Amino acid sequence: MEKIEVRGTAKRRVPGTSLRAITGVSASGNLEVLVERVMPDRECMVEVTTAVAGFGDIWRAVIEEFFERGAPGGLRFSINDGGARPDTVTLRLMQGVRLMETTK
Amino acid sequence: MATWHKQRDERQRRLEAAGRLATGKIVHAGDTKSLFEAVIRPGDRVCLEGDNQKQADFFAEVLAGVDKSIVHDLHIVQSGIVLQAHLDLFERGIARKLDFSYSGPQGAAIARALSAGKIELGAIHTYIELYARYFMDLTPNVALLAAVCADRDGNLYTGPNTEDTPTIVEATAFKSGIVIAQVNKIVDKVPRVDIPGDRVDFVVEADRPFYVEPLFTRDPANVTEGQILMAMMAIKGIYAEYGVKRLNHGIGFPTAAIELLLPTYGERLGLKGKIATTWALNPHPTLIPAIESGWVEQIHCFGSEVGMDDYMAARSDVYFTGHDGSLRSNRMMCQNAGLYACDMFIGSTLQIDLAGNSSTVTPGRIAGFGGAPNMGADSHGRRHPTDPWLKAGREASDGPAALTRGRKLVVQVLETFGEKMVPNFVEKLDSLELAEKLNLELAPVMIYGDDVTHIVTEEGIANLLLCRGPAEREQAIRGVAGFTDVGRGRDRAAVEALRQRGIIRRPEDLGIEILDANRQLLAAHSIEDLVTWSGGLYRPPSKFRNW
Repeated sequence: MEKIEVRGTAKRRVPGTSLRAITGVSASGNLEVLVERVMPDRECMVEVTTAVAGFGDIWRAVIEEFFERGAPGGLRFSINDGGARPDTVTLRLMQGVRLMETTK
Repeated sequence: MATWHKQRDERQRRLEAAGRLATGKIVHAGDTKSLFEAVIRPGDRVCLEGDNQKQADFFAEVLAGVDKSIVHDLHIVQSGIVLQAHLDLFERGIARKLDFSYSGPQGAAIARALSAGKIELGAIHTYIELYARYFMDLTPNVALLAAVCADRDGNLYTGPNTEDTPTIVEATAFKSGIVIAQVNKIVDKVPRVDIPGDRVDFVVEADRPFYVEPLFTRDPANVTEGQILMAMMAIKGIYAEYGVKRLNHGIGFPTAAIELLLPTYGERLGLKGKIATTWALNPHPTLIPAIESGWVEQIHCFGSEVGMDDYMAARSDVYFTGHDGSLRSNRMMCQNAGLYACDMFIGSTLQIDLAGNSSTVTPGRIAGFGGAPNMGADSHGRRHPTDPWLKAGREASDGPAALTRGRKLVVQVLETFGEKMVPNFVEKLDSLELAEKLNLELAPVMIYGDDVTHIVTEEGIANLLLCRGPAEREQAIRGVAGFTDVGRGRDRAAVEALRQRGIIRRPEDLGIEILDANRQLLAAHSIEDLVTWSGGLYRPPSKFRNW
């Protein structure tokens, strides 16, 4: 198991009041994301647990790009990875932000 | 004295040589080998019918087993090299030279045979390009066909899988060649005459029905949410934007996702009747929900698809059918429709380079082309206007509007990474390396960059029509290439500038709700759902059944 942790800042606090959301599925080629509103308003963090070693730099690039594009201030994302490709990772993270914005 | 009928005389000699084997036109299956040895001569150009769908597989096996002291050094001119028996012809020295279009499952074996010097390769063609050469410099001396049934006069019913047959027969029969058909059954009266009997010399009832590959069946259960996101972008950012009504879809999952989103997402966007009404398309089962929801006016097919025959027979307002009720497909005609009457081709690919060249060659495999290069090419002979064609033409041009020609939309849709994290965007196509290794004069390219108008990935849409010059084009491609090395090598400021000009559009630029990129959005979630949509008329082959 490889663990990757990336912290960043965001240009806004994600609106809404929901504290927790889950998206995705833990299956081969996919991933499950737990989103929690536990960070200071302009900070964010992603923790990845993956069985597929050797893609640390791509993970970091994907996550940093996501901090910019998704502006997930206040959120911590815990990823249980089943070997998902970067397109799926970005999609799930963006969906996690939207879930926190839209659900009560 | 000059003689002007040497070909006819030769044909007559061959027919006489085979005469003792035939009763009328009928030859017993057990005599097929002798028949071939009687009518095929060394060096002949032979078309052993087979494409990406139907196969004259009984004939293929018999031909691979003929006495090679009698039949050798054949020049094979046929659409598909798909069966093991096709390769055996070259391994055994029965055939030496090859001109073909598609190899699919035998792509690696062909590359090996080329390396080993077993095959002398003419060229890898598109389907209609090879058919065109049947009428110029590659006219077959002998054609070995597959049909559903025949009567005793040789009239053939090719049924839903008519495909290449009329074209092969046209070239062979009218140039003093010999035409032989394997049929599933000899009957008193054929349901309809697809090939008139006076073009057919011999008929053999094969020991089994000819094989058909279910190549166009995509199980909705395997459509990913990334593909759904790309499909949403394509529908909103291209289909709706240009008002594309007449089109062709490729074979991959991203276009299957589009088909499954028409009655859901497309309906929600109010696009019914405004897009995707008229098709040059194989009978994709994933289009059934859109057809049943009233989206589709008309479909002409290259070939058939296993399990779709009863459904199509029951939907003759949509499909082309004979008076017997069953589908009539015709690859030559449908390719022509794709060339001149489609405003858009959209399909998947395996590799795209920095100029937008698109290739399906992977290391050590020559999969051939089939029809994609024709579907995915702007036809410069086109002269009739439509709105999408004119809009694409205007976007590509800076000059005065008076003589602006239109453009076909040629869209490549692909995820930035393929299986096992192999990047789909590359600096140099694998095709170039393969061409070097196998000494090919021309590196196989499925769609040349100058024909590609849009690239869709999970990251967004790049509109190459709007790019001015190769540098912009490169940044537009890098700008949708995700986290591949090509994508990460982008000039971020240049990509942002392209985004401001609408050359690159992200899901958020298109107003796409990312939470909608969900499998719930698919009109069918399984093959079983497709069967239900069809009212039980679609009968999927067993390998797609899990209930």
